[in-house]
Amino acid sequence: MTQDTEKQEFNITVYTENQIGLLNRIAIIFTRRKINIDSLNTSPSEIERIHRFNIVITESEDVVRKLTRQIEKQVEVLKCYYHTNADVIWQEMALYKVSTDVIAEKVSVERLLRENGARVVVLRKDYTVFETTGHREETDNLISILQPYGLIEFVRSARVAIIKDSDGFNRKLREFERLEPGEDVIENEYLNQGQKVFTM
Amino acid sequence: MNNLPVQHAGAITEYMEAIQEILTEEKPTETGIEVSGSVALLEALIVEGVDTIFGYPGGAIMPIYDALFDYNDKLNHILVRHEQGGIHAGQGYARSSGKCGVVFATSGPGATNLVTGLADAQIDSTPLVCITGQVFAHLLGTDAFQETDVINITTPVTKWNYQVTDATEIPEVIAKAFYIARSGRPGPVLIDITKNAQIQLFNYKGYTPCNHIRSYRPKPIVRPQYIQQAAELINEAKKPFILFGQGVILGSAEQEFKAFVEKSGIPAAWTVLGAGAIPTDHPLNVGMLGMHGNYGPNVLTNECDVLIAIGMRFDDRVTGRLDKYAKQAKVIHLDIDPAEIDKNVKSTVPVWGDCKETLPLLTALVDEKQHTEWLAKFNDYTRQEVEQVIEKELNPTTAEMTMGEVIKQLNELTKGEAIIVTDVGQHQMVACRYAQFNNTRSNVTSGGLGTMGFALPAAIGAKFGAQDRTVVAIIGDGGFQMTCQELGTIMQSGIDVKIIILNNRFLGMVRQWQELFNSRRYSFVDIQSPDFVALAAAYRIPGKCIEDRKDLPSALNEMLSNKGSFLLEVMVTKENNVFPMVPQGCSVSEIRLK
Repeated sequence: MTQDTEKQEFNITVYTENQIGLLNRIAIIFTRRKINIDSLNTSPSEIERIHRFNIVITESEDVVRKLTRQIEKQVEVLKCYYHTNADVIWQEMALYKVSTDVIAEKVSVERLLRENGARVVVLRKDYTVFETTGHREETDNLISILQPYGLIEFVRSARVAIIKDSDGFNRKLREFERLEPGEDVIENEYLNQGQKVFTM
Repeated sequence: MNNLPVQHAGAITEYMEAIQEILTEEKPTETGIEVSGSVALLEALIVEGVDTIFGYPGGAIMPIYDALFDYNDKLNHILVRHEQGGIHAGQGYARSSGKCGVVFATSGPGATNLVTGLADAQIDSTPLVCITGQVFAHLLGTDAFQETDVINITTPVTKWNYQVTDATEIPEVIAKAFYIARSGRPGPVLIDITKNAQIQLFNYKGYTPCNHIRSYRPKPIVRPQYIQQAAELINEAKKPFILFGQGVILGSAEQEFKAFVEKSGIPAAWTVLGAGAIPTDHPLNVGMLGMHGNYGPNVLTNECDVLIAIGMRFDDRVTGRLDKYAKQAKVIHLDIDPAEIDKNVKSTVPVWGDCKETLPLLTALVDEKQHTEWLAKFNDYTRQEVEQVIEKELNPTTAEMTMGEVIKQLNELTKGEAIIVTDVGQHQMVACRYAQFNNTRSNVTSGGLGTMGFALPAAIGAKFGAQDRTVVAIIGDGGFQMTCQELGTIMQSGIDVKIIILNNRFLGMVRQWQELFNSRRYSFVDIQSPDFVALAAAYRIPGKCIEDRKDLPSALNEMLSNKGSFLLEVMVTKENNVFPMVPQGCSVSEIRLK
C-alpha cells in the first residue's frame, strides 16, 4: 500500500473518438482535483478516426487509478491506461535555434551533434536549427551547452510514450465495434493490474 | 453555414402545417422529406416517448417553439417561471416516472440558469435531456446577444453534451442523447442547437433510436467469479449488513433486491436516495444511514463483518470519517459504474454490473438464513433512539409543534402512499427519517448537491410524472423563497401539488451547526418570510397557516382533500435540532443522540 501513495510520474494513455470538446472533458478531470498536467500530447493514432492522448502527471498510483477510471467513464473515451516510466519507452523532441555565425566560429559542431544525438534541421546564413530527441535531461543538456553561444529560441514537444507490454489497439477496436464486446474490452483490466482484484 | 438553406422562422410556420400531416400519418419514405431541424427534434422526442416538456422560450430557441405550436396535441409543454424551475421539474418528473426528463431553454441566461439543475442531476444520476437554443453558428465566439459558451460551462455537470450547428445532425444526436441519458448510470445530457440549425431545412429520413456507441460501455460485464466470491463471503458472515442506494431504484431492481434481502435475512439500511426501494416497514429495513440517519445502522457499520453495498457511492455524508469507516469489515460493492468501485471505500469483492442482473445471480448462491441475534442488536439501538430522540420528535409535549409530528400525522393520512418531495435542510432530514414509503420512486429530494429551492419545481415535475399519485412537497421557509415563483407554474398548469412549509423562522440546519459548533453565533440565519398564505392566494392557490397542534390533523386533511393544489404553512419550534447526528470529521460510531 505504501507504494500506492507515493508520488511519481505516470504516463496516462487514452484512446478516444475525435470529438470537439473532449480535450476539455478530459482536462477538467485533472483540474477539478487541482492536479497539474506535466505534459499532454494528443494526435491521431494509427487507426483512422481514433485519437491517442499521452498525459503525464506526478501523483500517487491510488489517485492515478481513480483518475483513469473517471477518464474511461467519458462517453467518447474508448480506453484509458496508466503506466509508470519503467513500463514505457518515451521520448520528447526539442528544437534549438542559434546564430549560424556564432556556432560556426566557436563550437565544434561535429562534436556537438555526435555527443547529443542532435541533427541539423535547417542551416541558413543567419541561423541554424538543431533537433534532438530524448528524455528530459537529454534535451535539457543541449540547452545548457548552447546557452553560452546565445541560444535564440527553444521549444520542446510533449512526451510520447509506447507501452512496452501492449498488443496494440487494432484488435480491441474491432471488439468495440460489436454490440456485445468480449470480456477483455469491457473489463477494466488496468484497474487491478498485478493485484488480481482481491486486495485484502 | 453559408450554403445551408436557411429560412426565416416565421416563414416556416405555414410550411410546417403542410408537412405535419405527412410526418405523423405516413412514415418518411426512403427518399426522405424536407423538414426543419426544429421539426426533426420534435419528431425525435415523440419517438422517444416524451409526453411532457418543461421549458421557457427565448430568442435563440424561437424556431423550436414555433414548431412546438403545431405539436401541442402530442407534446405537453409546461411553461415554468425560471429555467432552474424547469430543470428541477424535469428532475422531479424523471424521479417519479422513471422516464427521461426533457427541458427546453434559450441561449445565454436561459442556459446558465440550468446549471444548478444539471449539477444536481449529475450527482444524483437523474436522466435528463436538455435542449438549449444557441445563437446562429456564424455568430459563435463573437459575444453575440445572449451568447454564452454553454458547452464549456456545462461540461463538468453533464454526462454528455454536444453542439449542433447543422440540422442534418439532429436525428442522430438526439438519439445518442436519450441513449446516453438513460443507459448505464443515468445522467443529464445537454444539446445546444444553433438557431440556423433549428431553421435549416434538410432531407429527413426518419428517426432511429440509438442502442450502441462504440466508445461507450453503459454496463460492465457481469463476472460470475466475483458473484461466487461475494456469495461465499456472505454465507460465512456472522454479522452481514446491507447498504442500499438509488442504484436499486434506477435499475428497477426493487423486486430482485427484496428477494435477496429476504432470502439472506440480512438487515438493510438505506441512503437518502435509496429510501423506498423496499417499504419503510419491511422487517429487515433497519433505517437510514449517514449524518442524520438512524442510530443502529451507523454504529453497527463499524461492527458488521461483511458490508454489502448495493447501488450506492459511499458519499461522505454516509461514511463520516473514512479512515474509521467499517475497517473491520469485508466489503462487497455492487455498482454499475466502475469508477465508483474503490473510489471512497476499498472493496474486497467488486461486483461490477447492473444490480438487476447481479442481484438474482447472488440471491441464487446465498444461503437462506435468519440473523436473529444480529437483527436484535439493531432493534436495541432503535429502542434507545426512540427513547432519546424519536419519541420527543413525534409525540412532543412542548407547546410548539415539531417537524416530526407533522410528518407523522401526514403518514397517518397518506398511509405511506404519497410521493414526498423535500427541499434541503432540517425538514429534509426529518422528512426522510420519519416519512413512510410503501412504494419505490416515492422520495424525491436533492441528495448529492443539496440544492435549496429544489422541492417546489421538483414536486410539479413529480406530479406530471405520476399523475395518479398524491404529491406532497415538504419545504422549509428558506428554500421555499428560492423558487417560489413556480407557484405561477402551478397556477397556469392547474397541476395538483400539496405544499407544506415547515416554518421555523430560521435557516435551520445552518443554525443548528452554529449552535453546536460555532457557540451559538447565529450569523445570518434569522430569515424573515412573507405571508406565505397570501402569496399563494395571489397565485389563486388556497392555503392555511397553523400554529396549534390541535389544528394539525384537520389542516392536513383539508390540504389532502382539496381539489387541486394547497399550501399549508405549519409554524414549528424555532430552535429544534435534528438528531442523531454524526458530527463532521467523526466516525459513524461516534454518532450523537443529543
